[in-house]
Amino acid sequence: MTGVPLSSSPIPRRSILIGTVGMAAAALASCDKASSSTSSTSANATSRTVTLSIAANAISGGKSSKEADWFAKYVIPEFIKAQQAKGVTATVSFQPSGVDDEQYKSKLALDLKSKSGADIVSLDGIWVGEFAQAGYIKPLKDVVGSSVTSWEGWSQIPEAVQANAAFDGNTFGIPAGTDGRVLYFNKKLFAQAGLPANWQPTSWTDLISAGEKLATLSGVTPLQIDAGTAMGEATTMQGFLPLLVGAGQQIYANGKWQGNTQAVRDVLTFYQAILAKKLEDSTLQLAAKGRDESFGAFAQGKIGVLAEGDYFWRSVINPNGGDAPMATRDSDVGWAFIPAMAPGKGVGGADYASMSGGGGYFLNPSTPYPQQAWELLTFMSSKAAILARLDGAAQVTARKDVNSEVLSKDPLLSFVSQKVLPLTHYRPGLAVYPQVSLALQQATADVVSGKSPADAATAYQAALVKALGGADQVTTS
Amino acid sequence: MSPQAFLRRVGFVLFLAVVTAFWALPMLWLVTAPFDAHPGLTVRWPEWTLDNFRRLSESPYAFSSLRNSVLLAGGAMILVTVFGALAAYALSRVHVPGRGAILYGMLLLSSIVTGTAAMVPIFQLMFTLGLIDDRTGVILVLTGGLLPAAIFVLKDFMDATPRSYEESARVFGASPTQVLRHVVLPIARPGLATIAVWALVNAWGDFLTAYILLRDPTKTPAGVVMYTFYSEGGQANLPLISAFSVLYALPVVVLYIFVSRRYGFRFHGGIKS
Amino acid sequence: MSDRAADAAGLGRPRAAAFMAPALLLITAFLVVPALWTLVLGATNYRLTGLAAANPQFVGTGNITEALSDPGFGWSLWLTLLFVLGSAIFGQSLAGLSLAWSLRSAPKVVKAVVETLVLMAWILPSSVVAFLWVAYLSRHGGTLNAILQTPGTDWLIQHPMASIIVFNIWRGTAFSMLLFSAALSAVPPSQMESARLVGAGTLAQLRDVVFPHIRGHVLTNTLLISLWTFNDFTPYLLTAGGPNHATEILPVFIYNRALYGGELGYGSAISFLMLIINLVIALFYVRLLRERR
Repeated sequence: MTGVPLSSSPIPRRSILIGTVGMAAAALASCDKASSSTSSTSANATSRTVTLSIAANAISGGKSSKEADWFAKYVIPEFIKAQQAKGVTATVSFQPSGVDDEQYKSKLALDLKSKSGADIVSLDGIWVGEFAQAGYIKPLKDVVGSSVTSWEGWSQIPEAVQANAAFDGNTFGIPAGTDGRVLYFNKKLFAQAGLPANWQPTSWTDLISAGEKLATLSGVTPLQIDAGTAMGEATTMQGFLPLLVGAGQQIYANGKWQGNTQAVRDVLTFYQAILAKKLEDSTLQLAAKGRDESFGAFAQGKIGVLAEGDYFWRSVINPNGGDAPMATRDSDVGWAFIPAMAPGKGVGGADYASMSGGGGYFLNPSTPYPQQAWELLTFMSSKAAILARLDGAAQVTARKDVNSEVLSKDPLLSFVSQKVLPLTHYRPGLAVYPQVSLALQQATADVVSGKSPADAATAYQAALVKALGGADQVTTS
Repeated sequence: MSPQAFLRRVGFVLFLAVVTAFWALPMLWLVTAPFDAHPGLTVRWPEWTLDNFRRLSESPYAFSSLRNSVLLAGGAMILVTVFGALAAYALSRVHVPGRGAILYGMLLLSSIVTGTAAMVPIFQLMFTLGLIDDRTGVILVLTGGLLPAAIFVLKDFMDATPRSYEESARVFGASPTQVLRHVVLPIARPGLATIAVWALVNAWGDFLTAYILLRDPTKTPAGVVMYTFYSEGGQANLPLISAFSVLYALPVVVLYIFVSRRYGFRFHGGIKS
Repeated sequence: MSDRAADAAGLGRPRAAAFMAPALLLITAFLVVPALWTLVLGATNYRLTGLAAANPQFVGTGNITEALSDPGFGWSLWLTLLFVLGSAIFGQSLAGLSLAWSLRSAPKVVKAVVETLVLMAWILPSSVVAFLWVAYLSRHGGTLNAILQTPGTDWLIQHPMASIIVFNIWRGTAFSMLLFSAALSAVPPSQMESARLVGAGTLAQLRDVVFPHIRGHVLTNTLLISLWTFNDFTPYLLTAGGPNHATEILPVFIYNRALYGGELGYGSAISFLMLIINLVIALFYVRLLRERR
C-alpha cells in the first residue's frame, strides 16, 4: 500500500482533513497534538491528595472476578491505608470491564489515544508492541524516571518473564505472571485403550499412534489440538506455535518471520494427518464456541488428549469452582510435555516444546501522578499483594519468591514451573504479531476445511507478506 | 361443511400450529433454564430453584445495570419519539424541497454509524464534547442513530392519517399547536407508541456504544453486563446468564404488553379516512 | 396538490422548520458527522494500534480498490445478498404477509397469542436471543435436534447460512406482520367481498384486490427490512462469521477486520461500499415507488 504521509509532525493532518469534515478533523488533530507533550516525571510528586484509577478486563461477579475482588478488597484499601500513614489522602478506583479481550483492548486504545483513561492499565503481553508503537504506553523510565530500576521486585522476576512487559529493549510495565503449555490426558481412557498412565510421547508419530489406540473407544474424541479461526489466539498458542517450535523453528527469529517454510508445512501436514485419521473432531475446531465445548467434553471424559495452558488445570477442570469442573481431576488427569516432531528436532535440539505468555500492568503515560502511580504499581506487584491475589490458590506468578511458596502445593504447576518453563518460548512482542497470528489461524482453518497443507501454506505466506507490507522480512527456507 | 372447506380449515389450523411452534420453541429455554438448579443448553423440566437469582444478586452490577438501562433506553426513547414525531409531522404536512433525498440520505448514514467502523469517530467526537463517561453522551448517540428510521416510518404513518380533522379544527379557530395536541396526537398515538417501543428496544439492546463511552461501573447498562458472565477462557456461566437474561428481557416484554393493551400496537391510526 | 392544500394544519414553513430542527440537529451532530468522519478514515490506512495509529497514511481510494480485489470481501458481499434475499425479501415479507392475512380470520385468543410470540422475538435483546438460538440449535441436546430426531446435528456448522437465515426470519418478521396487517385493514371490505363472490381464490384476491392497495406498504416494508438486514450484526453472536467465514456477512466482515484485525481504515472503506450498495437498493425502491404513481 503506497500512501502519502498524513502527518509527519502532529499538526499537518489537519490541513488535509479540514474542509471535508471540519469538526472531525479538528478533533483528530487535537488528539494528536497532545501526543507531542510529555508530562514531567515529577508532576504532582509531593501532592497531599492523590486520585488514581486502575483498569483491567475483570469484573466482580463476572469474568476474572477474583482479580476484580482483589482490587476492591485488598489493593485499594491497603494502598489508601499505606498512603494515609504518610499523610497523603489517596482516592483509588477500579474500572472493571469483563468483556471480550479485543473489545477491552479497543476501549483502552481509545482512552490512551486521547490521553485519558486509567492511570494503571492491564495489558496482554502481546499487545505491548502495538501499544508502544502507537505511543499509547511509554517506557517506565520515561514516565517515572530512572528510579524505576531500583525496585526490589526486578530481581525476583526472571528475564524471560520481564520480556512480557517489554518492547524494543525497554520495560513498559510490571509483568503479573506467566504460564506454560502441556498435553493433558485422561488416564481412565488411556487404561481402556491400553496406554500407560505415565505416558510421554517423544514424537508426533507417538501422539498419532496414541490417538489411533484411543480411537477404538466409542464416543471418544482422541485428540484436541486447537485449530481454526474461531478458537482465536488459542489456536496459535496451544496448537500451531508449540508444534512449530517442535518442528525446529520459531515464528520470528533473527529479524525474519516464518513464511511458507518446511516447518510451517510440517505443522500443517500434522494437522491434516490427525484430521484424515479422524483423531480430531473438526466440528469442535470450527464451532464458534468450540473451545468451550472441548473443555466440557474433556471434563466429561470424552476427549483423550488435549493441549492447553496451565489455566486449563487451574480454572477450567478445577473441581473447586472451575468452569467445567472435573471431580476426578486429581486422580484421572495426567500431563506430558508436548513432543517435538521427533526427538531432538525442536528448536535448539530440544525434545519437547512449549509456549508461554502472560500479561502485566502498565502505567498510562499521561497520568497526572506518575510517582504515585508507580508506587501503586509496585505495591500491587509486591510479594504480599500477589499472595493476597492468589488467596491460597496456586498459580505461576511473575515473582520467584511467591512461586517457591505457592507452587509446591500443586503437582501440575510444579511441573510447569520446574520442567516446562526452562524449555518454553515466547511470542515476539512485535506490533504486527496479532496479524501474523490471524494468518496462522486461517492456515489451520483452511486445512480443517479441506485445503492441502501446501495450498494453506501458500495462502498463509501471501497473508503474511500483506501484513508486513513486503516480503523482505519473510523467510521461506 | 364441504370437504373442501374442511380441508381448508385443517390446513389453516395446521399453519397456525406450525407458526406458533416455530416462534415459541426457541423461547422455551428462557422459561426453564433460569429456574433450573443445573441449567444446560437443553430445555427440560427444571429442578426448580431461585438459587441462580440469588447468585446473580451477589454480582454488584447486575441489578444496578437494569436501572441504568432504563435511564439510557428511556432517554433515547423519549428523544426519538418526541423529536421524531415533530419532524415527521412537519415533513408530512409541509412540502420541504428535497425531503425525500434528505430522508433517504439520513437513513443510509444511520447504517454506518451503528457499525463497528464508526467506533473511533464516535469516541473522539464525544471526547471532544466532554461526554465520555456521561449517560447523556450515550443517549445522544443512540438517538442520532435511531431518529432517521423513526422519522421515515412515522412520516409514512402521518401521511396516512386524514387531514379533514385538522382542517375542521382550523376552521373552528384552533392554533396549529392545539391541532397537534388535540387532533393529531390522539390519532397518531398507536403509531407513536409502536415507534417508542421500537426505539426503546433498540437502545435497550445496545452494547458497543455504552461500552465505549462509559467508564464508571455504576453507570454500566444491562447490555454490557450481559457480556460479562463469561470466564477468562470464554466459557459461559449458564446459571448467571440464564437468570440475567430473564431480568434483562422482562422490562421490554412488560412495556410491550402495557403499550399494546393501552394504545394498541400497530401501524395505523384509530380512524380511517 | 398544492402546498397550501397539503398544509392542512396551517403549520407554515417557519413552524415546520422549528418542528424539524431538534431532530435534524441531533442527526447532524451524532449521525452525519461521525458517519462522514468514518468515510474520511476509510481513505487512510488507520489502525487502532501500532505505527499506523500514531502516523496514519492517506491512501485515497486504496482501501476501496483493495476491497474490490479482496476475495474475502466478494464472498462476504455474496453472503450478504443471500442473507437479505432469503431472510428479508422472501422470508420476512412472505411470513409477515401470510401471518397478517391468516390472523384476520383467526379467533381472537389465537391471534393474540401468535402476535405476541412473533413480537417477542422482535423485541428481546439480541444478546438474549442469540443465547436462545445457540441453545435451540445446540448439537448437545438442543431442542431442534430433539424435535426433528436428528441427534448430534450441528446446525450452525453443517447448515450455517440456512441457520442464520431462518434465525433472522424468526427475529424480524414482526415488523412486516405489523405493517401488512395495517395495510390489509385499509383495503375496503366491500372489494374483498365482491372478489370472493365472483369466486376468486386466495391468491387471486391477494393479487387483484389486495396488492394494488398495499403496494406502497410492500415497498416501504421491503426497503426498511432490506436495509436493516443488510446491516444486521446479530448473526455474529451465533456463528462469529464461521465456520471458516461461511456466515461472514458484511457487518461481521467489518467487525472481524476492524476489531480483530485492527484494520479500521479498511473497515471504514467497506462501510462506505456498504453505503453505496444500500444507496443502490434504496434508489431501486424509489424507482418502483414512483412507477406506482
